[in-house]
Amino acid sequence: MKLSFALAAVAACTAGIAMAAPVAPADVEFSEYGDVATSLTGQPGDPANGVKIMANRGKGNCVACHAVSAMSDVPFHGEVGPTLDGVADRWNEAELRGLVANAKKTFEGTIMPAFYKNEGYIRPGNAYTGKAPTEALTPLLTAQEVEDVVAYLMTLKEQ
Amino acid sequence: MTKQIKSKAMIALGFAASTFALATAAQATDPTEPLVVNGDLEIVTSTAAPAHMDMIDTIQSGWEFRSHETQDLQRDDFDNPGMIFVDDAREAWDTAEGSEGKSCASCHGAPEDMAGVKAVYPKWNEDAGEVRTMEMQINACRTENMGAEALGYTSGDMTNMVALMSAVSRGLPVNVAIDGPAQAMWEQGKELYYTRTGQLELSCATCHEDNYDNLIRADHLSQGQINGFPTYRLKNAKLNSVHARFKGCVRDTRAETFSPGSPEFVALELYVASRGNGLSVEGPSVRN
Ligand code: HEC
Ligand code: HEC
Repeated sequence: MKLSFALAAVAACTAGIAMAAPVAPADVEFSEYGDVATSLTGQPGDPANGVKIMANRGKGNCVACHAVSAMSDVPFHGEVGPTLDGVADRWNEAELRGLVANAKKTFEGTIMPAFYKNEGYIRPGNAYTGKAPTEALTPLLTAQEVEDVVAYLMTLKEQ
Repeated sequence: MTKQIKSKAMIALGFAASTFALATAAQATDPTEPLVVNGDLEIVTSTAAPAHMDMIDTIQSGWEFRSHETQDLQRDDFDNPGMIFVDDAREAWDTAEGSEGKSCASCHGAPEDMAGVKAVYPKWNEDAGEVRTMEMQINACRTENMGAEALGYTSGDMTNMVALMSAVSRGLPVNVAIDGPAQAMWEQGKELYYTRTGQLELSCATCHEDNYDNLIRADHLSQGQINGFPTYRLKNAKLNSVHARFKGCVRDTRAETFSPGSPEFVALELYVASRGNGLSVEGPSVRN
C-alpha cells in the first residue's frame, strides 16, 4: 500500500515534468516484464484518435496483424497476432503501454514492430520509399499517439 | 471432403505414394484440384522440403495460396496473361541484335532446346567465377556473344526473356546447387533471409516462414517461393521479376532496399530458389 502510494506520487511527479516535453524514445523506462508505468506525455490518451491510428495503414496499422471485433467497420483484419478483443482484461494500462511502445520487451523476438523507438535498426529506410533516410528517424508513432492507442485498448473489455 | 471420407479413400487407395499425396493436399490452403497446365503438364505445387530447411516440412508454391479464380488462370495458356509476354520473347529470341549479327537462336536453336536450364539457376559459372542469375547470363550472352547492349535488369524485355526460359522448363523440378563454389554465396543469402531489417524489423522469415498461410491485412501470406517467377500480377498487369519482388518486400519493412542485380539480391535469390528445390518450375505464373 505504502509502496504503491509512493510510486503513484513519483508517477504523478514525472507526469508533471513530462507534460512539458514527451519522454524521448531512448528514455522510456520499461520494467523487467516490459511494462511502462508512466504516461509518455502526461496527457490523457484520446481513444477516438487511438482507434483511427490502429486502422490507418500509414500509422499503427494494428489490424494488419490483429483482429478487433469493435473495429469491424474497418476492412481486412489480419491473423498474424492474437485478437485484441478483451485485451484490457488481460493486461493493465502500464503493460499495454509497454506492448505498444516496444512489444519486444514483453515478448522476446516478437514479429510485432516497436512503435516508440527510433534507433538500433538494420538498414532502416526513409519510410516506405526503399531509400536511405535523409534525416534522423522518428518513431512509428508519436508519444501522444501511443497514449491514444493505449486509451483505446483500455476500452476493449469483455468482462 | 470430410475426414471420414478422406481416410476411407486412403484405405481404398492403399499405397504409400497416394497416401502421401492426399496428406499434403490436406495441408494446402484450399482443397483445390492440382495444377495441370493445358490438360497434360503436371506442376508440383507442394512437396517435401529439401534437407537444408529445418523449419518447414512441406514446401508450397505461391499458387496454393491464391484464390480459385487466380489459380484457374494458370490451368490453360490461353487464360494465362503471362504467355503474351512469352510470345514477345519468342520473337526477340529469333531477332539478330548487336555487332555480331546473331540472335539467341544462332547459338541455342529453338527455345525448347533450353528446357531444364531455368531449373538450375542461379548457378555457378566456372569461367566467370561467379554465381549467375538467368538475367546475368542473358546479359553475358548479349554483351559477349552478340555484341549487343545489356538489358536493364528488371526491364520488360529482360523479364520477358526470363519468362520464356521458364516456360520451356515448366514442370521440371527446381534443382539449384547449394554446395561447392556456390556455397559461400548461398550462406550469405541465408543470412539475408533471416536478418530483420528496417524500422519494422521484419525478415523474409518472419512473414514467409513463421506466418505463411496467415492473413496480413488483406494479403494471404505464402512461403515466398520463386519457382513461379516471373509472375504476371493482376495488380500491375505485367510480368514481375524476382529482384523487383524482393525490392518490394524489403521496402515494406521500411528498410533501405538493395538494388536489383546487386550481389546481395543474387545471393538472396540463390538461397530462396534453393528453398524451392523439388517444386516445379512454374513461371510465368499468375498472382494477385
Ligand atoms: C506485424 C504484426 C503486428 C503488428 C503490426 C502489431 N502487432 Fe500486436 N502483436 C503481434 C503478435 C504476433 C503478438 C503476440 C506476441 C507474440 O507471440 O509474439 C502481438 C501482441 C499484442 C498485444 C498483446 C495481446 C494479448 O492478448 O496478449 C497487444 C495489446 C498488441 N499486440 C497491440 C498492438 C497494437 C496496438 C498495434 C498497433 C499499434 C499492434 N499490436 C501491431 C503482432 C503485431
Ligand atoms: C511484411 C511482410 C513481408 C516480408 C517481411 C516479406 N514479404 Fe514477401 N510477400 C509479402 C506479401 C504480403 C506477399 C504477397 C502474398 C504472398 O505471395 O505471400 C509477398 C510475396 C512474396 C513473393 C512472391 C511469391 C509468389 O508466389 O508470387 C516472394 C518471392 C517474396 N514475397 C519473397 C520475400 C523475400 C525474399 C523477403 C525478404 C527479403 C520477403 N518476401 C519479405 C509480405 C512480406
